[in-house]
Amino acid sequence: MNHLPLIIKREYLTKVKNKSFLIMTILSPVIMIALIAVVAYLSQLNNNSKRHISILDESGKISSIFEDSDNITYTVLENVSLNDAMDIVKEQENYGLLYVEKQLDISDIAKHIKFYSEESPSITLISDLEGKLEKRLTDLKLEAVGVDIKKIQSAKVRVDIEQESFAGEKTSKIDSIMKLAFGGAAGYLLFMFIIIYGNMIMRSIIEEKTSRIIEVIISSVKPVQLMLGKIIGTSLAGITQFVIWILLGGVLLSIVSAVFGLDLMQSQLPREELMNQAMNNNNMTMEMQNIIVAFNNLPITNLIFAFILFFIGGYLLYSSLYAAIGAAVDNETDTQQFLLPILMPLILAVYIGIFTVIEDPHGTVSTVFSFIPFTSPVVMLMRIPFGVPIWQQLLSLLLLLGTFMFTVWFAAKIYRVGILMYGKKPSYKELIKWIKY
Amino acid sequence: MENLLEAHAVSKKFGHFTALNNVSIAVPKGSIFGLLGPNGAGKTTLIRVINQITMPDSGHVILDNEPLQPHHVRDIGYLPEERGLYKSMKVGEQALYLAQLKGLSKSEAKVRLKYWFDRLEIGDWWNKKIQELSKGMAQKIQFVVTVLHNPKLLIFDEPFSGFDPINANLIKDEILRLKNEGATVIFSTHRMESVEELCDHIALIHQSNKILDGKLIDIKKQFKTNTFEIGIRTNDDSSLQKEIADKFVVSPADFRTIGDELKLKVKLTDNLSPNDLLSYLTSKGEVSHFVELVPSANDIFIQAVKNH
Repeated sequence: MNHLPLIIKREYLTKVKNKSFLIMTILSPVIMIALIAVVAYLSQLNNNSKRHISILDESGKISSIFEDSDNITYTVLENVSLNDAMDIVKEQENYGLLYVEKQLDISDIAKHIKFYSEESPSITLISDLEGKLEKRLTDLKLEAVGVDIKKIQSAKVRVDIEQESFAGEKTSKIDSIMKLAFGGAAGYLLFMFIIIYGNMIMRSIIEEKTSRIIEVIISSVKPVQLMLGKIIGTSLAGITQFVIWILLGGVLLSIVSAVFGLDLMQSQLPREELMNQAMNNNNMTMEMQNIIVAFNNLPITNLIFAFILFFIGGYLLYSSLYAAIGAAVDNETDTQQFLLPILMPLILAVYIGIFTVIEDPHGTVSTVFSFIPFTSPVVMLMRIPFGVPIWQQLLSLLLLLGTFMFTVWFAAKIYRVGILMYGKKPSYKELIKWIKY
Repeated sequence: MENLLEAHAVSKKFGHFTALNNVSIAVPKGSIFGLLGPNGAGKTTLIRVINQITMPDSGHVILDNEPLQPHHVRDIGYLPEERGLYKSMKVGEQALYLAQLKGLSKSEAKVRLKYWFDRLEIGDWWNKKIQELSKGMAQKIQFVVTVLHNPKLLIFDEPFSGFDPINANLIKDEILRLKNEGATVIFSTHRMESVEELCDHIALIHQSNKILDGKLIDIKKQFKTNTFEIGIRTNDDSSLQKEIADKFVVSPADFRTIGDELKLKVKLTDNLSPNDLLSYLTSKGEVSHFVELVPSANDIFIQAVKNH
């Protein structure tokens, strides 16, 4: 008798109809968007605050280069002593005072520049000042040895390396960023999904144990069926929640960005922002084209198929382990010791994804971990946008599938015994024994 | 009598612990079969084997002349001792779900649930959540779910726990009615008075072994000690007591009467019949009380476990 559809239906409906599920589903995107809006708003506020900086230039060679910008205005103080200058700055509540000592040699000037301020100044401001000063002093030095600055400037060359694969596909820096974004998002999504819904499965099994309904049910259905039904039903509820989140998030995001007139995309993707700045010279249409080209360059079909397969495989692998834990313990506080070994490979996978895949998507570390079943879903999903040979993907999937079957078998064994055990928290040793029952 | 269920030499080990050792039972069709034993004796394991929750290491179970198969779950209704329901699910939905798991169609389950809910006067609970009900109320629903699919074999593990006397009686009557309608019942309990009341057959499991089984009446006969409780009025109690003690094995008795007669327990030796005792007593005084002490299920339980 196949009760699987019935069990899936019940699990799905009870999850979806649950009040806290409904609240989470609706509130989470609202809270997320609100958070993003607040952060974006605050950072804009921060950027908008004007800073006044006074300059006391005793060398008389520097002050001319400082021009007021949107955020910073400069006042050049003349004919005052350093102490007086400090007093003035304090009185006017300026952000700080840039002091250049009078020295004959330019190298000595460079060594004797100070910045005085009430609080420690922001790093970006200091590096900005340093950049300006370095440029100015270098120019001065070059002039001193008789070099024509204009000639140097006209001789400067800007290089953008065009990247092209042997197969003739053109790539660009934006390309890499797109790949990273897609791979990272896929891997991270899987990671989050496993943790959130794995926990949900575990809790629902613990609930069945504590409410003592389990024995009634398994006198009608096989424990394995109940376990699979739970995993599938909960996953479907999770997918429903995710889809609602994405839809709701999209709608809210566009509303918020329309209302606040913020360029939310930029504040979300600082890397992209840097890229935009770096490519300020190019015009906007070029940039858009590049992004579209980069998007088209992604192995989309491969990405979608791989995402679905690795997502399912990875999720089922972990959720069966969560199910086994739920069956083994009586209450949630006892789950900690068993959760750690599950979380370790997951977190490891995400770190490897972030640190090594970005650096070298086809390096030894990334490649090896994209084959190990417990890390492969996350790592492989992050690697795939950079182009992974099909045989590697298939092999990794095959290994994942094999391990999945093993963990389901293992989890079913634990589950079968565990759900009928009450009262004591089992040790690992006992869990191994259960497999032989 | 034909047996509905036969367990043949069932053994089950959990690691080094033997839960069942070569246990065989035969449950006659249409009977109420008491499965007794101290805590941890192996009753629940045996019940789980019958329910195919646990697979035995050796031995096999026959249900209705067929070796136990997965489809047999439809023929069994099981009310476990550790029982409960989904707390946040509505009564009706939950009952429908559990009935469907037992193979009933949704519409059929609805009709039968309505019948049972009306019968037990719990119809207005349909849309309540279990957490809003009392323990006894939840137990009633569990009982309904257990019997709903008209199973051939009903297994009740401590069915009366959690019920007040009125509801316990109600459930008892329902069990008897189901039996009269042809169901066979396996009944596991520690409450010996309900064993006395309900069971035709019993099996006693102790430390993973079956130490006793058969018809309750036969077992009682086997356990009776030919002891009689007597009350007799004479002028001189103490000299009569001495006289009786010389002829028979005597111990003091304590039963309630309205008079102040001499009360004794008298154990007959093999060569004497109750009539011999009675005629001897009538010659000595006025007999006000003469009862054969038949061992209760409780006595049998304690004695069998102790002697083992």
